Amino acid sequence: MDTLSILLMGFISIVVVNNLVFTKFLGICPYLGVSGRIDMAFGMGMAVTFVVTLSGTMTWMIDNWILMKLGLEVTRYVCFILVIAGAVQLVEMYLRKFFPSLYESFGIFLPLITTNCAILGLCLFIDLWGIHSLLEAVVLSFGAGIGFTMAICIMAGIRENLDLADVPDCLKGAPITLITAGLLAMAFMGFAGMIR
Amino acid sequence: MTNNNAKTARYWQTLLAGLWRENPVFRLLLGMCPTLAVTAAVKPALTMGCCVIFVLLCSNIIVSLMRNLLKPHLRILMFTLTIATFVTIADLFLKAFVPRMSEMLGPYVPLIIVNCIIICRAEVCASKNGLAVSIIDALGMGVGFTLTLCVLASIREILSTGALFEIQIIRLSSQGGWFVPWAAMSMPVGAFITLGLILGLVNKVAGRKA
Repeated sequence: MDTLSILLMGFISIVVVNNLVFTKFLGICPYLGVSGRIDMAFGMGMAVTFVVTLSGTMTWMIDNWILMKLGLEVTRYVCFILVIAGAVQLVEMYLRKFFPSLYESFGIFLPLITTNCAILGLCLFIDLWGIHSLLEAVVLSFGAGIGFTMAICIMAGIRENLDLADVPDCLKGAPITLITAGLLAMAFMGFAGMIR
Repeated sequence: MTNNNAKTARYWQTLLAGLWRENPVFRLLLGMCPTLAVTAAVKPALTMGCCVIFVLLCSNIIVSLMRNLLKPHLRILMFTLTIATFVTIADLFLKAFVPRMSEMLGPYVPLIIVNCIIICRAEVCASKNGLAVSIIDALGMGVGFTLTLCVLASIREILSTGALFEIQIIRLSSQGGWFVPWAAMSMPVGAFITLGLILGLVNKVAGRKA
Protein backbone atom coordinates (compact mmCIF):
# COMPACT_ATOMS: atom_id res chain seq x y z
CA MET A 1 0.00 0.00 0.00
CA ASP A 2 1.24 3.48 -0.73
CA THR A 3 1.59 6.06 2.00
CA LEU A 4 -1.62 7.93 1.20
CA SER A 5 -3.89 4.92 1.55
CA ILE A 6 -2.14 3.88 4.80
CA LEU A 7 -2.79 7.37 6.18
CA LEU A 8 -6.41 7.35 4.99
CA MET A 9 -7.02 3.91 6.51
CA GLY A 10 -5.43 5.03 9.77
CA PHE A 11 -7.64 8.11 9.88
CA ILE A 12 -10.89 6.24 9.26
CA SER A 13 -9.86 3.54 11.69
CA ILE A 14 -9.27 5.98 14.57
CA VAL A 15 -12.41 8.02 13.83
CA VAL A 16 -15.02 5.26 13.56
CA VAL A 17 -13.58 1.78 14.14
CA ASN A 18 -11.34 2.46 17.14
CA ASN A 19 -13.20 5.54 18.35
CA LEU A 20 -11.56 6.54 21.64
CA VAL A 21 -14.81 7.16 23.49
CA PHE A 22 -16.81 4.10 22.42
CA THR A 23 -14.17 1.38 22.24
CA LYS A 24 -11.37 2.56 24.53
CA PHE A 25 -13.45 4.40 27.17
CA LEU A 26 -11.18 7.44 27.07
CA GLY A 27 -12.40 10.93 27.83
CA ILE A 28 -15.57 9.77 29.56
CA CYS A 29 -15.49 12.55 32.18
CA PRO A 30 -15.88 15.50 29.77
CA TYR A 31 -18.11 13.27 27.68
CA LEU A 32 -20.60 13.03 30.55
CA GLY A 33 -19.92 16.55 31.83
CA VAL A 34 -20.23 18.88 28.86
CA SER A 35 -22.48 16.96 26.48
CA GLY A 36 -25.52 18.89 27.73
CA ARG A 37 -25.66 21.48 24.95
CA ILE A 38 -24.48 21.05 21.39
CA ASP A 39 -22.55 24.33 21.04
CA MET A 40 -20.57 23.67 24.21
CA ALA A 41 -19.93 20.11 23.11
CA PHE A 42 -18.60 21.32 19.77
CA GLY A 43 -16.33 23.88 21.45
CA MET A 44 -14.93 21.23 23.76
CA GLY A 45 -14.41 18.89 20.81
CA MET A 46 -12.49 21.55 18.86
CA ALA A 47 -10.29 22.40 21.85
CA VAL A 48 -9.53 18.70 22.41
CA THR A 49 -8.78 18.17 18.71
CA PHE A 50 -6.29 21.01 18.76
CA VAL A 51 -4.51 19.93 21.92
CA VAL A 52 -4.49 16.25 21.00
CA THR A 53 -2.94 16.93 17.58
CA LEU A 54 -0.26 19.12 19.13
CA SER A 55 0.58 16.85 22.04
CA GLY A 56 0.33 13.61 20.05
CA THR A 57 2.89 14.93 17.59
CA MET A 58 5.15 16.36 20.24
CA THR A 59 5.15 13.27 22.44
CA TRP A 60 5.94 11.10 19.38
CA MET A 61 8.91 13.31 18.56
CA ILE A 62 10.17 13.38 22.15
CA ASP A 63 9.66 9.65 22.57
CA ASN A 64 11.36 8.57 19.34
CA TRP A 65 14.04 11.18 18.94
CA ILE A 66 15.09 11.86 22.54
CA LEU A 67 13.93 9.24 25.06
CA MET A 68 14.61 6.13 22.95
CA LYS A 69 18.00 7.43 21.82
CA LEU A 70 19.07 8.04 25.39
CA GLY A 71 17.41 4.94 26.86
CA LEU A 72 15.21 6.99 29.18
CA GLU A 73 11.90 5.19 28.56
CA VAL A 74 11.34 5.04 32.33
CA THR A 75 10.62 8.76 32.42
CA ARG A 76 8.10 8.47 29.57
CA TYR A 77 4.94 9.11 31.62
CA VAL A 78 6.39 12.09 33.44
CA CYS A 79 7.53 13.61 30.12
CA PHE A 80 4.17 12.96 28.44
CA ILE A 81 2.15 14.63 31.17
CA LEU A 82 4.53 17.60 31.17
CA VAL A 83 4.18 17.98 27.40
CA ILE A 84 0.39 17.86 27.61
CA ALA A 85 0.24 20.38 30.47
CA GLY A 86 2.64 22.60 28.51
CA ALA A 87 0.62 22.31 25.30
CA VAL A 88 -2.58 23.26 27.09
CA GLN A 89 -0.85 26.22 28.71
CA LEU A 90 0.52 27.31 25.31
CA VAL A 91 -2.86 27.06 23.60
CA GLU A 92 -4.43 29.03 26.43
CA MET A 93 -1.88 31.86 26.18
CA TYR A 94 -2.06 31.96 22.38
CA LEU A 95 -5.86 32.10 22.32
CA ARG A 96 -6.02 34.77 25.02
CA LYS A 97 -3.64 36.97 23.04
CA PHE A 98 -4.89 36.51 19.49
CA PHE A 99 -8.48 35.23 19.67
CA PRO A 100 -9.97 36.70 22.85
CA SER A 101 -13.56 35.96 21.79
CA LEU A 102 -12.78 32.29 21.20
CA TYR A 103 -10.92 32.20 24.51
CA GLU A 104 -13.97 33.57 26.30
CA SER A 105 -16.22 30.91 24.80
CA PHE A 106 -13.91 28.04 25.83
CA GLY A 107 -13.81 29.32 29.42
CA ILE A 108 -13.13 26.63 31.99
CA PHE A 109 -12.76 23.82 29.43
CA LEU A 110 -9.23 24.71 28.41
CA PRO A 111 -7.44 23.97 31.72
CA LEU A 112 -9.67 20.92 32.19
CA ILE A 113 -8.26 19.36 29.03
CA THR A 114 -5.00 18.56 30.85
CA THR A 115 -6.75 15.84 32.81
CA ASN A 116 -8.72 14.55 29.83
CA CYS A 117 -7.64 10.94 29.60
CA ALA A 118 -8.28 10.86 25.84
CA ILE A 119 -5.12 12.88 25.28
CA LEU A 120 -2.67 10.97 27.45
CA GLY A 121 -4.42 7.78 26.31
CA LEU A 122 -3.84 8.56 22.66
CA CYS A 123 -0.15 9.32 23.26
CA LEU A 124 0.18 5.94 25.00
CA PHE A 125 -1.73 4.10 22.28
CA ILE A 126 0.48 5.60 19.57
CA ASP A 127 3.42 4.21 21.50
CA LEU A 128 1.68 0.84 21.98
CA TRP A 129 0.68 0.40 18.33
CA GLY A 130 4.29 1.02 17.31
CA ILE A 131 3.69 3.89 14.89
CA HIS A 132 6.98 4.50 13.08
CA SER A 133 6.44 7.57 10.94
CA LEU A 134 5.84 11.10 12.12
CA LEU A 135 3.19 11.71 9.46
CA GLU A 136 1.15 8.73 10.61
CA ALA A 137 1.35 9.91 14.22
CA VAL A 138 0.08 13.36 13.20
CA VAL A 139 -2.83 11.89 11.21
CA LEU A 140 -3.78 9.53 14.04
CA SER A 141 -3.72 12.30 16.64
CA PHE A 142 -5.87 14.55 14.47
CA GLY A 143 -8.26 11.68 13.74
CA ALA A 144 -8.59 10.93 17.46
CA GLY A 145 -9.66 14.51 18.07
CA ILE A 146 -12.19 14.39 15.24
CA GLY A 147 -13.53 11.10 16.59
CA PHE A 148 -13.97 12.62 20.05
CA THR A 149 -15.72 15.68 18.58
CA MET A 150 -18.07 13.46 16.61
CA ALA A 151 -18.91 11.30 19.62
CA ILE A 152 -19.56 14.24 21.93
CA CYS A 153 -21.69 16.08 19.32
CA ILE A 154 -23.85 13.02 18.63
CA MET A 155 -24.35 12.66 22.37
CA ALA A 156 -25.21 16.34 22.84
CA GLY A 157 -27.78 16.11 20.05
CA ILE A 158 -29.41 13.11 21.68
CA ARG A 159 -29.37 14.70 25.13
CA GLU A 160 -31.09 17.85 23.90
CA ASN A 161 -33.99 15.65 22.81
CA LEU A 162 -33.73 13.50 25.92
CA ASP A 163 -34.74 16.50 28.02
CA LEU A 164 -38.22 16.18 26.56
CA ALA A 165 -38.47 12.46 27.28
CA ASP A 166 -40.04 10.95 30.37
CA VAL A 167 -37.07 9.34 32.14
CA PRO A 168 -37.54 7.58 35.53
CA ASP A 169 -36.34 9.82 38.37
CA CYS A 170 -33.50 7.61 39.54
CA LEU A 171 -32.05 7.35 36.02
CA LYS A 172 -31.96 11.10 35.35
CA GLY A 173 -28.61 12.69 34.58
CA ALA A 174 -25.54 10.47 34.41
CA PRO A 175 -27.19 7.01 34.38
CA ILE A 176 -29.36 7.63 31.31
CA THR A 177 -26.39 9.25 29.56
CA LEU A 178 -24.32 6.13 30.20
CA ILE A 179 -27.07 3.86 28.90
CA THR A 180 -27.41 6.02 25.78
CA ALA A 181 -23.64 5.83 25.34
CA GLY A 182 -23.93 2.06 25.59
CA LEU A 183 -26.48 1.98 22.77
CA LEU A 184 -24.26 4.28 20.68
CA ALA A 185 -21.28 2.00 21.37
CA MET A 186 -23.38 -0.91 20.12
CA ALA A 187 -24.12 1.01 16.93
CA PHE A 188 -20.43 1.77 16.46
CA MET A 189 -19.62 -1.93 16.89
CA GLY A 190 -21.08 -2.29 13.42
CA PHE A 191 -17.88 -0.72 12.07
CA ALA A 192 -15.66 -3.25 13.86
CA GLY A 193 -13.75 -5.49 11.51
CA MET A 194 -14.01 -3.00 8.66
CA ILE A 195 -10.35 -2.08 9.03
CA ARG A 196 -7.97 -3.76 11.47
CA MET B 1 -10.24 12.05 76.57
CA THR B 2 -13.14 13.67 74.73
CA ASN B 3 -10.67 15.21 72.34
CA ASN B 4 -9.32 11.75 71.66
CA ASN B 5 -12.81 10.40 71.06
CA ALA B 6 -13.66 13.18 68.66
CA LYS B 7 -10.47 12.44 66.76
CA THR B 8 -11.29 8.75 66.46
CA ALA B 9 -14.81 9.57 65.33
CA ARG B 10 -13.42 11.87 62.65
CA TYR B 11 -11.08 9.13 61.39
CA TRP B 12 -13.95 6.66 61.14
CA GLN B 13 -16.08 9.19 59.35
CA THR B 14 -13.32 9.88 56.82
CA LEU B 15 -12.81 6.17 56.25
CA LEU B 16 -16.49 5.41 55.80
CA ALA B 17 -17.12 8.43 53.57
CA GLY B 18 -15.02 6.85 50.81
CA LEU B 19 -16.93 3.58 51.03
CA TRP B 20 -20.45 4.87 50.56
CA ARG B 21 -21.39 8.49 51.26
CA GLU B 22 -18.74 9.91 48.93
CA ASN B 23 -17.97 6.77 46.96
CA PRO B 24 -15.77 8.02 44.13
CA VAL B 25 -17.52 6.20 41.31
CA PHE B 26 -21.16 6.04 42.39
CA ARG B 27 -21.57 9.38 44.14
CA LEU B 28 -18.86 11.68 42.79
CA LEU B 29 -18.68 10.22 39.25
CA LEU B 30 -14.89 10.35 39.26
CA GLY B 31 -12.51 8.00 37.51
CA MET B 32 -15.02 6.65 35.03
CA CYS B 33 -12.52 5.65 32.33
CA PRO B 34 -10.75 2.83 34.22
CA THR B 35 -14.05 1.85 35.80
CA LEU B 36 -15.47 1.08 32.37
CA ALA B 37 -12.31 -0.22 30.75
CA VAL B 38 -10.92 -2.80 33.16
CA THR B 39 -14.11 -4.36 34.49
CA ALA B 40 -14.59 -7.09 31.88
CA ALA B 41 -13.31 -9.59 34.49
CA VAL B 42 -12.64 -9.54 38.23
CA LYS B 43 -8.87 -10.20 38.17
CA PRO B 44 -7.81 -7.14 36.15
CA ALA B 45 -10.31 -5.04 38.12
CA LEU B 46 -8.73 -6.11 41.40
CA THR B 47 -5.22 -5.45 40.09
CA MET B 48 -6.27 -2.02 38.91
CA GLY B 49 -7.87 -1.31 42.30
CA CYS B 50 -4.66 -2.26 44.12
CA CYS B 51 -2.60 0.00 41.85
CA VAL B 52 -4.96 2.89 42.54
CA ILE B 53 -4.81 2.30 46.31
CA PHE B 54 -1.00 2.29 46.18
CA VAL B 55 -0.74 5.46 44.09
CA LEU B 56 -3.44 7.25 46.08
CA LEU B 57 -1.79 6.39 49.40
CA CYS B 58 1.71 7.44 48.32
CA SER B 59 0.63 10.65 46.61
CA ASN B 60 -1.59 11.63 49.56
CA ILE B 61 1.34 11.08 51.97
CA ILE B 62 3.75 13.15 49.85
CA VAL B 63 1.26 15.94 49.16
CA SER B 64 0.29 16.11 52.81
CA LEU B 65 3.94 16.36 53.87
CA MET B 66 4.79 19.13 51.42
CA ARG B 67 1.52 21.03 51.66
CA ASN B 68 3.12 23.99 53.44
CA LEU B 69 5.82 24.41 50.81
CA LEU B 70 3.46 24.58 47.83
CA LYS B 71 2.90 27.76 45.87
CA PRO B 72 -0.76 27.99 44.80
CA HIS B 73 -0.13 28.36 41.06
CA LEU B 74 2.34 25.47 40.92
CA ARG B 75 0.13 23.21 43.03
CA ILE B 76 -1.52 21.18 40.28
CA LEU B 77 1.77 20.67 38.45
CA MET B 78 3.43 19.32 41.59
CA PHE B 79 0.47 16.99 42.23
CA THR B 80 0.65 15.65 38.70
CA LEU B 81 4.40 15.07 38.83
CA THR B 82 4.12 13.25 42.18
CA ILE B 83 1.35 11.05 40.83
CA ALA B 84 3.23 10.35 37.58
CA THR B 85 6.26 9.19 39.55
CA PHE B 86 4.30 6.72 41.65
CA VAL B 87 2.36 5.47 38.63
CA THR B 88 5.69 4.74 36.91
CA ILE B 89 6.74 2.73 39.97
CA ALA B 90 3.47 0.76 39.97
CA ASP B 91 3.72 0.14 36.21
CA LEU B 92 7.30 -1.14 36.40
CA PHE B 93 6.35 -3.35 39.35
CA LEU B 94 3.48 -4.91 37.40
CA LYS B 95 5.68 -5.41 34.33
CA ALA B 96 8.30 -7.19 36.42
CA PHE B 97 6.14 -9.46 38.57
CA VAL B 98 2.84 -10.03 36.72
CA PRO B 99 3.70 -9.44 33.05
CA ARG B 100 0.52 -11.16 31.83
CA MET B 101 -1.70 -8.83 33.85
CA SER B 102 0.36 -5.82 32.79
CA GLU B 103 -0.21 -6.75 29.15
CA MET B 104 -3.94 -7.15 29.72
CA LEU B 105 -4.33 -3.77 31.42
CA GLY B 106 -2.14 -2.12 28.79
CA PRO B 107 -2.20 1.66 28.77
CA TYR B 108 -4.82 1.85 31.52
CA VAL B 109 -2.13 1.59 34.22
CA PRO B 110 -0.30 4.75 33.08
CA LEU B 111 -3.71 6.35 32.65
CA ILE B 112 -4.02 6.35 36.45
CA ILE B 113 -2.02 9.61 36.18
CA VAL B 114 -5.06 11.41 34.80
CA ASN B 115 -7.53 9.54 37.00
CA CYS B 116 -9.51 12.38 38.56
CA ILE B 117 -9.92 10.56 41.91
CA ILE B 118 -6.28 10.90 42.82
CA ILE B 119 -5.85 14.55 41.90
CA CYS B 120 -9.21 15.32 43.52
CA ARG B 121 -8.15 13.75 46.83
CA ALA B 122 -4.79 15.55 46.69
CA GLU B 123 -6.56 18.85 46.17
CA VAL B 124 -9.54 18.40 48.49
CA CYS B 125 -8.03 16.40 51.33
CA ALA B 126 -4.25 15.96 51.40
CA SER B 127 -3.30 19.57 50.68
CA LYS B 128 -5.38 20.76 53.64
CA ASN B 129 -5.07 18.01 56.26
CA GLY B 130 -2.39 16.33 58.32
CA LEU B 131 -0.70 13.02 57.62
CA ALA B 132 -3.09 10.74 59.55
CA VAL B 133 -6.29 12.06 58.00
CA SER B 134 -4.73 11.96 54.53
CA ILE B 135 -3.67 8.33 54.91
CA ILE B 136 -7.09 7.28 56.19
CA ASP B 137 -8.84 9.22 53.45
CA ALA B 138 -6.64 7.57 50.81
CA LEU B 139 -7.42 4.12 52.22
CA GLY B 140 -11.17 4.80 52.36
CA MET B 141 -11.37 6.21 48.86
CA GLY B 142 -9.06 3.54 47.43
CA VAL B 143 -10.96 0.67 48.99
CA GLY B 144 -14.27 2.23 47.95
CA PHE B 145 -13.02 2.48 44.37
CA THR B 146 -11.72 -1.10 44.38
CA LEU B 147 -14.97 -2.49 45.78
CA THR B 148 -16.95 -0.64 43.12
CA LEU B 149 -14.72 -2.04 40.38
CA CYS B 150 -15.12 -5.54 41.78
CA VAL B 151 -18.93 -5.31 41.99
CA LEU B 152 -19.14 -4.12 38.39
CA ALA B 153 -16.59 -6.67 37.20
CA SER B 154 -18.26 -9.63 38.90
CA ILE B 155 -21.63 -8.76 37.34
CA ARG B 156 -20.05 -8.46 33.90
CA GLU B 157 -17.87 -11.56 34.23
CA ILE B 158 -20.72 -13.78 35.40
CA LEU B 159 -23.05 -12.60 32.65
CA SER B 160 -20.46 -12.79 29.88
CA THR B 161 -18.73 -16.09 30.71
CA GLY B 162 -20.58 -17.67 33.62
CA ALA B 163 -17.36 -17.57 35.63
CA LEU B 164 -15.98 -15.68 38.60
CA PHE B 165 -12.20 -15.24 39.03
CA GLU B 166 -11.98 -17.44 35.91
CA ILE B 167 -13.56 -20.34 37.84
CA GLN B 168 -16.66 -21.70 36.12
CA ILE B 169 -19.66 -21.43 38.45
CA ILE B 170 -22.53 -21.75 35.99
CA ARG B 171 -22.49 -24.53 33.38
CA LEU B 172 -22.65 -23.16 29.87
CA SER B 173 -25.15 -24.39 27.32
CA SER B 174 -22.31 -25.63 25.15
CA GLN B 175 -21.38 -28.03 27.97
CA GLY B 176 -24.92 -29.21 28.67
CA GLY B 177 -25.92 -26.50 31.16
CA TRP B 178 -28.69 -23.93 30.81
CA PHE B 179 -26.69 -20.69 30.64
CA VAL B 180 -26.09 -19.00 27.30
CA PRO B 181 -23.13 -16.60 27.69
CA TRP B 182 -24.02 -12.99 27.06
CA ALA B 183 -21.12 -11.90 24.87
CA ALA B 184 -22.19 -8.26 24.71
CA MET B 185 -21.46 -7.94 28.42
CA SER B 186 -17.69 -8.24 27.89
CA MET B 187 -17.82 -5.53 25.20
CA PRO B 188 -18.06 -1.74 25.63
CA VAL B 189 -21.87 -1.94 25.40
CA GLY B 190 -22.05 -4.06 28.53
CA ALA B 191 -19.76 -1.71 30.43
CA PHE B 192 -21.80 1.42 29.69
CA ILE B 193 -25.20 -0.16 30.30
CA THR B 194 -24.23 -2.03 33.49
CA LEU B 195 -22.71 1.09 35.02
CA GLY B 196 -25.74 3.15 33.99
CA LEU B 197 -28.18 0.72 35.60
CA ILE B 198 -26.09 0.38 38.79
CA LEU B 199 -25.93 4.18 39.10
CA GLY B 200 -29.71 4.27 38.74
CA LEU B 201 -30.07 1.64 41.47
CA VAL B 202 -27.69 3.53 43.78
CA ASN B 203 -29.65 6.75 43.22
CA LYS B 204 -32.86 4.95 44.07
CA VAL B 205 -31.49 3.42 47.30
CA ALA B 206 -29.76 6.63 48.38
CA GLY B 207 -32.85 8.69 47.55
CA ARG B 208 -35.06 6.53 49.75
CA LYS B 209 -32.73 6.84 52.74
CA ALA B 210 -32.42 10.61 52.50
